Amino acid sequence: MATTTATPPKGGFGYRHPRARLAALLAAPMAWLVVVYLGSLAALFLTAFWTVDGFTGALVRTFTFDNFVEVFTTPAYLQTMLRTLGIAIGVTILCLLIGVPVAFFMARIARARWQPLLVALILTPLWASYLVKVYAWRAMLSPEQGVVAWFLAPFGLDSPGFGELSIIITLTYLWLPYMILPVYAGFTRLPNSMLDASADLGAKGWRTFRSVIVPIIFPTMVAGSIFTFSLSLGDYITAQIVGGKVIMLGNVVQQNYVTNLPFAAAFATIPVVIVLLYLAAVRRTGALENL
Amino acid sequence: MHTARLLKMLAVGGAAALVLAACGGGSDSGSGDSGGVPDVPTYAGPVGDGEGALNILAWPGYAENGSTDPSANWVGPFEEATGCKVNVKTFGTSDEAVKLMQGGGWDVVSASGDASLRLIYGGNVQPINMDLVPNYADIFPDLKMKSHNSVNGVAYGVPHGRGANLLVWNKEKVGENVDSWSVMFEPDSPAAGGVGPYDSPIYIADAAVYLMATQPELGITDPYALDQTQFDAAINLLKQQKGLVSEYWNDYLKQIDAVNAGTMTAATSWQVIVNGFDPATIGAVKAKEGATGWSDTWMVAKDTPNLNCAYKWLDWIASPEVNQQATAWFGEAPSNVKACDIDPEQCATYHANEPSYWENVYYWNTPTEACLDGRTDVKCVPYSEWSKAWSELRS
Amino acid sequence: MTTGRGTKVVLSIFAAIAFLFVYIPLAVVLINSFNAGETLSWPPEGFSTKWWGAAFSNEGVREALITSVVLGICATAIALVLGTLAALALGRFNFFGRDSVSLLIILPIALPGIVTGIALNNVFTSFLGGLTFLTLVVAHSTFCIVVVYNNALARVRRLGGNVEEASADLGARGWQTFVHVTFPLMRSALAAGALLAFGLSFDEIIVTTFTAGPGITTLPIWIYQNLFRPNQAPIVNVVAAFLVIVSILPIYFVQRFSSSDERGGGLM
Repeated sequence: MATTTATPPKGGFGYRHPRARLAALLAAPMAWLVVVYLGSLAALFLTAFWTVDGFTGALVRTFTFDNFVEVFTTPAYLQTMLRTLGIAIGVTILCLLIGVPVAFFMARIARARWQPLLVALILTPLWASYLVKVYAWRAMLSPEQGVVAWFLAPFGLDSPGFGELSIIITLTYLWLPYMILPVYAGFTRLPNSMLDASADLGAKGWRTFRSVIVPIIFPTMVAGSIFTFSLSLGDYITAQIVGGKVIMLGNVVQQNYVTNLPFAAAFATIPVVIVLLYLAAVRRTGALENL
Repeated sequence: MHTARLLKMLAVGGAAALVLAACGGGSDSGSGDSGGVPDVPTYAGPVGDGEGALNILAWPGYAENGSTDPSANWVGPFEEATGCKVNVKTFGTSDEAVKLMQGGGWDVVSASGDASLRLIYGGNVQPINMDLVPNYADIFPDLKMKSHNSVNGVAYGVPHGRGANLLVWNKEKVGENVDSWSVMFEPDSPAAGGVGPYDSPIYIADAAVYLMATQPELGITDPYALDQTQFDAAINLLKQQKGLVSEYWNDYLKQIDAVNAGTMTAATSWQVIVNGFDPATIGAVKAKEGATGWSDTWMVAKDTPNLNCAYKWLDWIASPEVNQQATAWFGEAPSNVKACDIDPEQCATYHANEPSYWENVYYWNTPTEACLDGRTDVKCVPYSEWSKAWSELRS
Repeated sequence: MTTGRGTKVVLSIFAAIAFLFVYIPLAVVLINSFNAGETLSWPPEGFSTKWWGAAFSNEGVREALITSVVLGICATAIALVLGTLAALALGRFNFFGRDSVSLLIILPIALPGIVTGIALNNVFTSFLGGLTFLTLVVAHSTFCIVVVYNNALARVRRLGGNVEEASADLGARGWQTFVHVTFPLMRSALAAGALLAFGLSFDEIIVTTFTAGPGITTLPIWIYQNLFRPNQAPIVNVVAAFLVIVSILPIYFVQRFSSSDERGGGLM
């Protein structure tokens, strides 16, 4: 089952018995993830088939599909699912559009001595509290009075106000570093020789970008998109603060998990399924190793 | 300390209410069968020397020791006065409070309307001998022996503070004189497009309060006891309202920001938020239809080993000075009559000594299938359904 | 380098705008921390340093900061051990189910925080007797493993097995090889992973909300609570501004440190 590139029968026991060594290495992390994480997810999923007693609010452990039926047959919920999916896709696309050129600039255009600083500049906002950043965007996007409105006023425009668009902008802001960093790492690994070869063959900048760079960078873009997509899919605090009337999947889960855990659990399986499908789809690109 | 209140509102939702049929049936009318109340003896007294320790379970802001704000400290002086070393633990939801109380180790707890009955029926708290709490005499009569702090004429705790959810509006955009929730519900409202309802399932009760006045034929007597017909009417009203909404709000900052920016022109609010608004531009009133509100209770654990310290705390927190200080810091009406002598302004602001003000304030409760208003011929919509309906409405 | 001059200029301008996009909101936070008023409205009402004073004398924020740092260190330590082990296993071995294992490691960060949060909350409160500080550490470690793993894996791949083979050939035992050969070579990648794991834990709010024991206030929870308190919003701005300023240095040095030898893959 296990193979290793090394064959000489020297060194310690583990070295001579690769399987034992593999088992030793994997035991702790797998025990942790399977027991703590998969166990919890399984328990949650199981809960989704239960119900609550209308009188006492206690869990009733009888098997039923009611929660799933309700989730999938209520038009309002379907609308929220689609809206959330749309927001997550929008955020991911925006992050790609902004993140890839920035990463290219950092890795390939900026001078090498500036690179650590640029990376630090991208990482730093991750340390400013998530909530503070969302509130900063609330201040920025406030209609008539916000920084954006102030900035756009000379052009006769106003801030987009609070709704889907403000959620997309804010989430793009929050998750952009998670897109830039893996793509940047991908660009730094790109051998110069390959670019030169492409140029030698007469390819123009754009052509080189499309035919040479993109295939190599693609897995890192997908890796970044895993972050931007799934972080957006599960967010609910941003919608609370800058969403106006709009809510997302996470809000429904958050709202119901105390009073009706089975229903919340059934609802929570939707983003799980979406993410799993997405991961399955991108697994072949090698993205999972470029996170 | 609005987290506390917010969490409390959420917690009304959190109430996996273990209120037994007995309690649900008579919680407001007091007419229910109370066979379900565990027989917990009342302490006969006297309150002697303190045991040297007291473990307090409280909403954030109810038992402050100066660590959040050096000027807010009424736990330190209690320790000095009684020798009871205090350990305060705050909780975020009523569920958490009930779970912690069930787990034991805590001597006193500040419970909201949706937790207090669960604790009483669960046998986690003991009746209070009010002869041992001298300051109880000065508690406002309309807070005593209510459905959420007593059972069968037996008091289970000392009332702490209360508040009502107010209507605020932008005078410039909505008009000088507004006294009705209609600006938040009716399609022809001048506030259309700027309505700001509170973002919680408990807000359904606010719609029910409005329906009590506008559609008496529905027969709603308690906004927390809605049968399916009444509940559907409330939800329809809220659907109608959704077209008028600019933002649903759920935190202090968001509301202040939106109201001051002029994008939220008619909204529910709390007195403590209102205090920060400019009265020239923002009006605030308890609407004529009545309002929802809250009232909390200090209770003592059944098996507390620190009974003397617990009684000392009940009396301490109910004393005019401390009650005034704690409720002022939280932003609510004090429960002690004499607190109003210390700070008449606070009492005027929060209407503490106007019993008529509170007559149509409906304190939070947890809706259960057994109607809280005592009806036995119908089933009421339980809170878990309120919560789902709210999600669906917001979706 | 084949990028044309025009492309370079355009991309440089684009990047400059992007950096502005990243930093303008932070500037708003910084400016608002000196706002004399009590809300986050724009423009500020006047200049004042009173909130900085208030923040530094606030005991609650100090305690929350300590809680967050301790939590971050605990979670990072666990994630370092588990992530490194997993990286060594997956970087050195090909085995049946390897893909599933890598998927499993990624899952805690790929699945929405609210799912992770309520799943762990459910198990902790229903079966394990409630939430404590420990449950928070467990939750944070779970989603921090992946960042350590990713950084370590990229390094393990790049190192190849040669040095370890050499070490084994010279008779070193597995543990000796790790201590004297593998670990020193991985140190900078692990530092980068650790920093990122710490940062992830430090600012996490959603999973934290669902898994923190009662009375445990991490900095994000403190901030969340204070956004609901009257007159406290500017203090929150001060805390955020302070964190940004303080965090620049360690990030910069780790970045320098890791780029001075071979660059790690992944997020750093």
